[in-house]
Amino acid sequence: MTDDDAASRDATNRAAADRDATGAGTDTGTGTSTGTSAGTGAAAGAAEAVVCRGLEYSFGKPRAGAARTKAVDGVDLEVRTGEVFGLLGPNGAGKTTTIRAITTLLPVPAGMVRVFGNDTARRKMDVRRLLGYVPQQLSADAGLTGRENVELFARVFDVPRAERAARVAQAIAAVDLVEAADRLVGTYSGGMVRRLELAQALVSAPRLLVLDEPTIGLDPIARTSVWECIDAVRAATGMTVLVTTHYMDEADQYCHRVGLMDRGRIRALGTPAELKAQVREQDPELPHPTLDDVFRHFAGRNLGHGQEGDFSDVRRTRRTASRVG
Amino acid sequence: MSAVPAAPLPASAEQVPAADGVRRPDLGLLLVPPRARTGWRLVPARVLAMCAVELQKLRHDRTELYTRAVQPALWLLIFGETFTKLRSIPTGNIPYLDYLAPGIIAQSAMFIAIFYGIMIIWERDSGVLTKLLVTPTPRAALVTGKAFAAGVKAVIQAVVVILIAALLGVAMTWNPLRLLGVAVVVLLGSAFFSCLSMTIAGIVLTRDRLMGIGQAITMPLFFGSNALYPVGLMPGWLQAISKANPLSYQVDALRGLLIGTPAHLPLDFGVLALATVLGITAASALLGRLAK
Repeated sequence: MTDDDAASRDATNRAAADRDATGAGTDTGTGTSTGTSAGTGAAAGAAEAVVCRGLEYSFGKPRAGAARTKAVDGVDLEVRTGEVFGLLGPNGAGKTTTIRAITTLLPVPAGMVRVFGNDTARRKMDVRRLLGYVPQQLSADAGLTGRENVELFARVFDVPRAERAARVAQAIAAVDLVEAADRLVGTYSGGMVRRLELAQALVSAPRLLVLDEPTIGLDPIARTSVWECIDAVRAATGMTVLVTTHYMDEADQYCHRVGLMDRGRIRALGTPAELKAQVREQDPELPHPTLDDVFRHFAGRNLGHGQEGDFSDVRRTRRTASRVG
Repeated sequence: MSAVPAAPLPASAEQVPAADGVRRPDLGLLLVPPRARTGWRLVPARVLAMCAVELQKLRHDRTELYTRAVQPALWLLIFGETFTKLRSIPTGNIPYLDYLAPGIIAQSAMFIAIFYGIMIIWERDSGVLTKLLVTPTPRAALVTGKAFAAGVKAVIQAVVVILIAALLGVAMTWNPLRLLGVAVVVLLGSAFFSCLSMTIAGIVLTRDRLMGIGQAITMPLFFGSNALYPVGLMPGWLQAISKANPLSYQVDALRGLLIGTPAHLPLDFGVLALATVLGITAASALLGRLAK
């Protein structure tokens, strides 16, 4: 084990102890609403931030004799209000498709998805008002300044002109980009762009922050700064965070609960500590299992082996990694 | 890692030093969602947002504005000046350069708009479009915003071409109402052509294909219109194409407004408005294909 690995393991253990001490991840999910004033209609009082039941999604046109690619195959999932939930798995596992169904980007042909009680198929606009979304790609506009990027999202979320500047300034301050706010985004580092995207998502006071591979391609220092930023903002606002990643160490350290996804299905669900305890019980040869071991145990293969997404998955990942430098 | 659930800060939270002595930023406003805009006010608000972005981008980088001015300047300087001297195209009492200038304004606006779909595909690839589609913005409002953002760019381009034409001695009106009409015509024409481009983008899905199709249709649209010569000089089949070509109505209106030739302004505005509505409808219906 390298020093870095050891340090990472120590940090993971500290985080796990922190979670265990506070009871995170072991509550029943009822009565945990943090009471932010966001939300409309069915959203009020919903104990679960996200509920998926039997979610399925296939790509390709249904033609006679042609097989459709089943990206999501009967996903059942609950994300509790106020928690950081990690959806883990290799490229092509179905994480991004699940996220896109939750964020109303894709229709829900089979199954049901609710966000704070709102059916994503029927109440798209209500759902979108509750969401902050950061896609996998570096999506800030390089031709605008950081402040202008955040302003755009303030405008499309109907922030009144009178409070727009103040709200944008607060979002920028929340991600610690005050000094760089009036520079063109083209001059930002990858980590700064990610933090700016967080500010864009935060400016509308979302109840659910959805992050698709937020640290992909970033160096360890930038990854830590992005996660610390997410953690600080969540702690301050009480919002729910749903994040996809294939970095198991990050999930172990920062997520209250995780869902391990492979080949379109959730293979295991629970707190990192619970999942590791299950593996420890079932496999005595692994007295100190990592989340990688947990994944291998439940998915029956190593993370990073086998089919790892299609051409577009890999291209998107490489493009993002290339842009963050 | 903080405990879950975390207690949100009160909305009126002041910036105060925390227990560790570090000053935390005030996040009070970020705890209260903005009130949703509904009804008819939604679309104008989104259009303004998209137009503001285009103007901000142009403010930061005017290169495109300068480089795009080269082609219309060459058309007016070389083609216009030459054919004015040749007198081979009958334009009545109007010098050919004056006759040509409105056509070149329409052409340069169309060239900007017809490749706008490439920007939509770029936004799809970079995640910007995905992020916008997750905001409470109906697709039609998003397409309308993008279409008029292209229009704003085209209007700025039109101002540049008008100035070049004025320097070359083209006799144009400086009546503010007529110039306002010119801006509306350019805006509507560009909105239509950008919607056409976004519609094609929704069908072909890739930049390379869109580039090829854009280049294939640009010249037929230009030469199949009254931008360079009167419709009466065209063969019958080309006259029929010209009548179905929105660029012809745009040029007709621009000529009428700028140099005072007889024009069918109500028909021109009506066709351009209808074409824009149809374009927005088609592009909105296909935008979802880009999100998949």
